[in-house]
Amino acid sequence: MNDQADRPVYMDHAATTFMKPEVLAAMAPYFSQYFGNPSSLYRFSGEPRKGVDAARRQVAAALGANPEEIYFCAGGSEADNWAIKGVALANRKRGDHIITSAIEHHAVLHTCEWLKRQGFLVTYLPVDEFGRVDPGSVEEAITDRTTLVSVMTANNEIGTIQPVAEIGRVAHDHGALFHTDAVQAVGAVPIDVDAMNIDLLSLSGHKFYGPKGTGALYVRRGTRLENLVHGGGQERGRRAGTENVPGIVGLGRAIELATADIEGHNRRIAAMRDRLIRGVLGSIPDARLNGHPTERLANNANFSFRYVEGESILLLLDAQGICASTGSACSSGSLEPSHVLLATGLSHEEAHGSLRLTLGDANTEDDVDYVLSVLPDVIGRLRRISPLTPPGAGVREVD
Amino acid sequence: MYTERVIAEFTNPENVGEMADADGVGEVGSPTCGDIMKIYLKVEGDRIADVRFQTFGCAAAIASSSMATRMIRGMTLAEAWSLSNGDVVESLGGLPPAKVHCSVLASDAIRAAINDWRTRQGLPPWDAGSRGCCGEAEPENG
Ligand SMILES: Cc1ncc(COP(=O)(O)O)c(C=O)c1O
Ligand SMILES: [Zn+2]
Repeated sequence: MNDQADRPVYMDHAATTFMKPEVLAAMAPYFSQYFGNPSSLYRFSGEPRKGVDAARRQVAAALGANPEEIYFCAGGSEADNWAIKGVALANRKRGDHIITSAIEHHAVLHTCEWLKRQGFLVTYLPVDEFGRVDPGSVEEAITDRTTLVSVMTANNEIGTIQPVAEIGRVAHDHGALFHTDAVQAVGAVPIDVDAMNIDLLSLSGHKFYGPKGTGALYVRRGTRLENLVHGGGQERGRRAGTENVPGIVGLGRAIELATADIEGHNRRIAAMRDRLIRGVLGSIPDARLNGHPTERLANNANFSFRYVEGESILLLLDAQGICASTGSACSSGSLEPSHVLLATGLSHEEAHGSLRLTLGDANTEDDVDYVLSVLPDVIGRLRRISPLTPPGAGVREVD
Repeated sequence: MYTERVIAEFTNPENVGEMADADGVGEVGSPTCGDIMKIYLKVEGDRIADVRFQTFGCAAAIASSSMATRMIRGMTLAEAWSLSNGDVVESLGGLPPAKVHCSVLASDAIRAAINDWRTRQGLPPWDAGSRGCCGEAEPENG
């Protein structure tokens, strides 16, 4: 049994990951020893410059890209903003239409909303009950005014993996560019930007055991893209600002580690996830798995429990040392529950009753056992309080 | 984000459950809002002799229900009617601003239960006003 007094059972790796010691070790010399500005000409800046160049090669290798196509920035949100605003504005003469999906991260959705206010047209593609975009719907929505299609590689809430290569092909067939938010996918879905028809790709260091506030945008050579951050000539004149050298070095090391053995990593994590899913659905009545049964991130389990609300679940789990997350509105401060869960056709009640558990490299089978020993009682306690619980239904006997 | 008192009230709520022979029942909220609160009253004379609640909702909603029911037990119906969500929030030692709307449900549910009792007695209901739980606008769907 897990001794959760010692350490929390952290199952919220989609929110962020811990940083691996190897990553910290790689970064360490670049804070004080190799602190020089990579843009300076003296030899003292050679080490920081080499560090950034090496990281660029590491990121490129992980994506099947060329190093010159990698641009470092401050995270996934910036990469998404840059890709979408940058393509929309640079190609405005050719067209004013953008296609995205209903289940994108807010970094994409709110950017598209902003573009709408600037006069662009935006189509939000629906998803099926598992959260998948049908490439056929891209074909139907695309016009000769479409300059960009943006669909995420994998969803952060329900873990559903999209048919990215097919969607990219439809975009290319119609002369549009294809961007994908791969923030949750790096290290879990093997990526080859050529084979997957990707023109722009966003990634974020803190989702794969790298440092927070680091990210990169892959931009296929020849892609018309406006700058987002104006200023100095860093990143070949496309993204201003003195480089976050330790962060970039950490991002490079982290992506190298995360993509060294994706298959083996997924096998280990998915085995725990599948036991977690079976255990939860087997011990808690009126529960469902959200997302796709097979096309899902190896580390993602997302449930809805009828008659109870997610924030309450979260806090009772927290009281027992378990870190999880929910798509309930009450946790976000907004009044609407997760747009992702609603887009898959869940009722408000089911969306409010959602719980996301995302596994990571430090989780063990003991952690799974511990969650399975705690969760049924947590749900049972809340169901005994809820007016929605049908008499006698969905409540295990009081312990 | 919650105070320790809110967490304590939420993790060990009092007065939980259904009351089969209630004299007045009030239910407010909806699954769309994410919070539903149901209050059961046992009335003796003009006093609340017993009270129970059932709540579907967040920690703030459950803690507010528990606190509000503890506060109105033994009150006259008029006193219970004038209990405001501000009184409940104060007794909880405060709620995050985004969560105050969840506590409104508790005082609303109490008023609904009192008016149910009044209606059953053949008395005209008091004017509760409707504060609602979600505000008036349906949030847009991105
Ligand atoms: C799919 C997705 N896109 C974008 C982001 C934003 O990334 P960052 O936190 O690095 O800005 C996240 C992180 O929550 C994400 O999950
Ligand atoms: Zn609430």
